Order: sequence, then structure tokens, then C-alpha cells
Amino acid sequence: MKALRIIGRSFRDAFKSVFRNFSLSMASILCATITLLVVAVSLIIAGNVEDVTKNLEKELTIVVYLERNATEEDAKFIENSIKAINNVSNVTYKSKEEWKNEMSEYNSSYGSIFDNYSENPLPDSFVVYVNDVNSLEKVTSEIKKLDKIDSAGYGKDAVTTIVSVFDFVEKITVVIVIALIFVTAFLITNTIKLTIYSRRNEIEIMRLVGSSNTAIKLPFVIEGFVIGILGSIIPIILTIYGYIIAYEKLNGHIYVELIKLISPYNFVFYISLIIMALGALIGMLGSLMAVRKYLKI
Amino acid sequence: MKFIELKNVNKTYSTGVTALADLSVEIEKGEFVFVIGHTASGKSTFIKMLYREEKPTSGSVIVGGINVAKLRNGRVYKLRRKIGVVFQDFKLLPKLTVYENVAFALECLGASSEEIRPKVMKAIEIVGLKEKVRSFPHQLSGGEQQRVCIARAIVNEPKLLICDEPTGNLDPDTSKEIMKVIDNINKDLKTTVIMATHDKEIVNRMKKRVLLIEHGILTGDYLKGSYKSHESA
Ligand SMILES: Nc1ncnc2c1ncn2[C@@H]1O[C@H](COP(=O)(O)OP(=O)(O)OP(=O)(O)O)[C@@H](O)[C@H]1O
Ligand SMILES: [Mg+2]
Repeated sequence: MKALRIIGRSFRDAFKSVFRNFSLSMASILCATITLLVVAVSLIIAGNVEDVTKNLEKELTIVVYLERNATEEDAKFIENSIKAINNVSNVTYKSKEEWKNEMSEYNSSYGSIFDNYSENPLPDSFVVYVNDVNSLEKVTSEIKKLDKIDSAGYGKDAVTTIVSVFDFVEKITVVIVIALIFVTAFLITNTIKLTIYSRRNEIEIMRLVGSSNTAIKLPFVIEGFVIGILGSIIPIILTIYGYIIAYEKLNGHIYVELIKLISPYNFVFYISLIIMALGALIGMLGSLMAVRKYLKI
Repeated sequence: MKFIELKNVNKTYSTGVTALADLSVEIEKGEFVFVIGHTASGKSTFIKMLYREEKPTSGSVIVGGINVAKLRNGRVYKLRRKIGVVFQDFKLLPKLTVYENVAFALECLGASSEEIRPKVMKAIEIVGLKEKVRSFPHQLSGGEQQRVCIARAIVNEPKLLICDEPTGNLDPDTSKEIMKVIDNINKDLKTTVIMATHDKEIVNRMKKRVLLIEHGILTGDYLKGSYKSHESA
């Protein structure tokens, strides 16, 4: 009961001082808003890129053709060598007969072409699956180094370029977000510092009459929390409405059907939750720094 | 064990000033003790030892069974809840009324308003400020403001009331009234009172135990009524 009342008082004090030092609080809230907006946008992009990449990775494979004179033993050896390469998740063998059947089934005119040959003209092959789109090139060149390989290659060059561009953008965004988080935390620290200063008499009396250190610090930590939460309101609204509207306008995909957007329901709520938690966290981080630095108790 | 027990207490501030040297003294429950001495003799330092505003450099300070010298920072509040403190400057919160200023001491400990109300009203009655409960500090005289501080100090019913020159800012007549309030608290509530003061007239008139500190050394411990101002500075 006592603890609850102390927490209740702390919230009241926190809200009071947010409004008492309104201009400085506003600066902190705005900074948190900008930071969280950037975070929200990058989370939405990252989430979608991740989703698209995962789907593409399932489809992106390296096709390896063996030389015609390769024996069954060679094939076995090559299969094992490919499996040993980093990032290779699976290797499947497709014999020339399987190719022939598959192609004939696909189009009967192929079948008649094959009939002209006394021997199957197709090579044996492997289909190689990788864990990570970015490793396609490296794995391919590793395979090419092996003996008895006629050719090895992968398609969809444009897609892999897009994915690696996204990857690069993601890394830059992470740096920007971290920088913004620090600026915000710093601003909040300064806001709280002012509150601590303006309430120094109160703090002195609280210390004198026997408030615990936790009870003295709590209002300031909560003030940071409140600033963070207030800063997350606009980003959350924009995330929810912005994404839903964008999703509908784009019919759920970008340019081609292959690049599908994540459907908005639940996704926007997850993002909102993360944004709110992050806002609260940044706020409390800022206020804890202020309390540690300026509240000598 | 005595209520308050200081043994071989030394205090040297970080500046190198030695404010207390080898000070030992015992104080019983319910006593009224004056602490006197010239300016910079170490009176406030002595007082600060008792509520753990300062830690002794060496020696032990025991207050109500708590070894104050060994008390960790995070636990100081437990000591403070048993002690009321009054200063020369009043340290009232200007935006709060008399009632709210006194209630503040209980509110920040998490007391409920039903618990708070009777205690606050009782404390305000003891200091004789019933008519002014709704006034703000700036609407009060110096003496009245000090009464509010005393009410705030005793509202949690402490065993020990510590005063550092509570009459320092007040004229002689007002000082007399304040001393009457403090004396009544000592007599009626059996609260132990320790009070540092410059005011010889008060000390002479009230005939209580007197501790004389000179240059940080306890040079006199006069039992009830035996102190004569001419014996010292
Ligand atoms: N926080 C401090 N840091 C360094 N020196 C201090 C500190 N507080 C007090 N002193 C020094 O310790 C000595 C004793 O100071 P103290 O305040 O105890 O004296 P006092 O007897 O209360 O004086 P007064 O009657 O003027 O209030 C003085 O020389 C003072 O300068
Ligand atoms: Mg003093």
C-alpha cells in the first residue's frame, strides 16, 4: 500500500514537472519523437526486407553442371565438397535422366528433340541451396574451383543487388538510430537535471524526514519515462495509420508480386509496442544518468 | 546501552579542518541537552553526526541502537525516520500551506491521508498554530515559520529532536516562545532534545544539561542547572 502511494505520488510529481519546465520537456519530447519516428520507419523497412529476403533465399539456388566425362564417383566427391563449403544449407543431385524427364514433361516438343540423340545430351547437375543471399557469389566461385565442373551460376542478379543495398541502408540506419538515441538521452538528462535543481529543497526535506533513496529517485526516473512515452505517441500513430494506408495503396507489394509487404495487422502493433518500450527505455536511461550525476544522495 | 553514545569521535573534513577531536559523551532517553560554544567550535558538526549528515572520521556514534558511523548510505533513511531535525533557516516549501508542509513529511513516507490528518493536526496544535493551517509560509512571521518546522519535525513522533540554532533568526521574545514549545515537547512527549545554540540567555534561563565544545573538544559537561555563562566564553 505504502509503496503504491509512493509510486502514485511519483507519477503525479513527474507529470507536474513535465509541465512546469514545459519548453525543455517539449524539446526532449520532440527529440524522442524524431528518434522514434526514424526507428519506426527503419523497423518497418527492416521487417519487410527481412521477410522478402527470407522468401527469396528459399528460391535462390546455384545450379552446378558437371563435365560430361564425370563419373559417378566424381559426382559423389563433388557433392561432399560442396556440402563442406560455408553457408551451403543443402545440395540435391539431379541426374541427366531426371532433367530429361522433367523437360519432356514440361513440353512434349523437347521430348521429340531428345529422341534425335542416341545418348542423353544433358549433363548431370547439382542444385545448391544457401543460407544467406549475400553468400551466393562466394559459394559459386568456390564451386567453380572444384574439378570436373562445367559451369556454376545463379540467377536473379537484380534481386540480390536490391537485397544488398537494403543491407547497407540498414547498417547506416542502425548507426543513425544509435546516435539519435544518445542525443535524446542527453537532452532528457538535461531536462531532469533542471527538475532536480528546481526541487532541491524538496529533496533535502525528503532526505531529512527519512524518504528512502529509491523513493527520492523514483519521480525523476518516472519523469524520464513519461517524456519517453509522450515522445512515442506521434510515431505510433503514424506507424499504424501510415503503414496501413501505404499497404492498401500499394496493394500489398512493391513493383513485382515477388516483393510482398508484411500484412499490417499485428505487424503495426508489434512495431508500436517496440517503439513505446524503446521510448520508455530511452527516457529512463536519460533520467538515470541525470539522477546518478546530479542527485547526490 | 545509553540512548545516545559517542565514543572517541574525531571528524576531519576533506579540507583538513578538524571539527571534532576525541569527543565522547552519553545522553539518556528523555534528556534535554544544550550544545554551546563559539562559532566554528564544532557544534553543527556534532549535530550532523547524530543524524548522519556527516560520518565520523573515527570513533563510534550510536543513536537509538543504530551504529550511525557504520550505517550504509542506502539505510540512512531508517535512522532519519526516528529523528526530527530543526534548523535556523526554516526550509519550508513556499508553495505549500502550513498543513501541507507538515503533511509532506508523512506523505513522502507513503502514509495514507487518513493516517496523515490526525497526526498533522496534533503536531500543529502542539506548536500552537491551529489558526494558521491554511496559510502559506510567506504569510507567517519568523516565529510562526519555525513552529511549522517544529511541527514537521515531530509529526512522525520521533524519539529524538535535534535543533541547530532554532532561534538564531528570531528576536528574544519569539525565541522564548519557541523554547517553550520545544520544552513542552520534551516534557509532554518525552522526546529527547539536543539543541545547539549561541543564545546564552536561553541556556542560563532553562537550566538544562549543557555540553560546551571548544575547538572541537568537549571541555565541559554541566549537569542540569549547574551551568553559569561566566564559566565560558
Ligand atoms: N562541510 C565542511 N567542509 C569543510 N569544513 C567544514 C565543513 N563544515 C564545517 N566545517 C568546518 O568545521 C569547523 C566547525 O564547523 P561547525 O559548523 O561545526 O561550527 P559551529 O560550531 O556550528 O559554528 P557556528 O556557531 O558558526 O554555527 C569550522 O572550522 C568549519 O569551517
Ligand atoms: Mg553551526
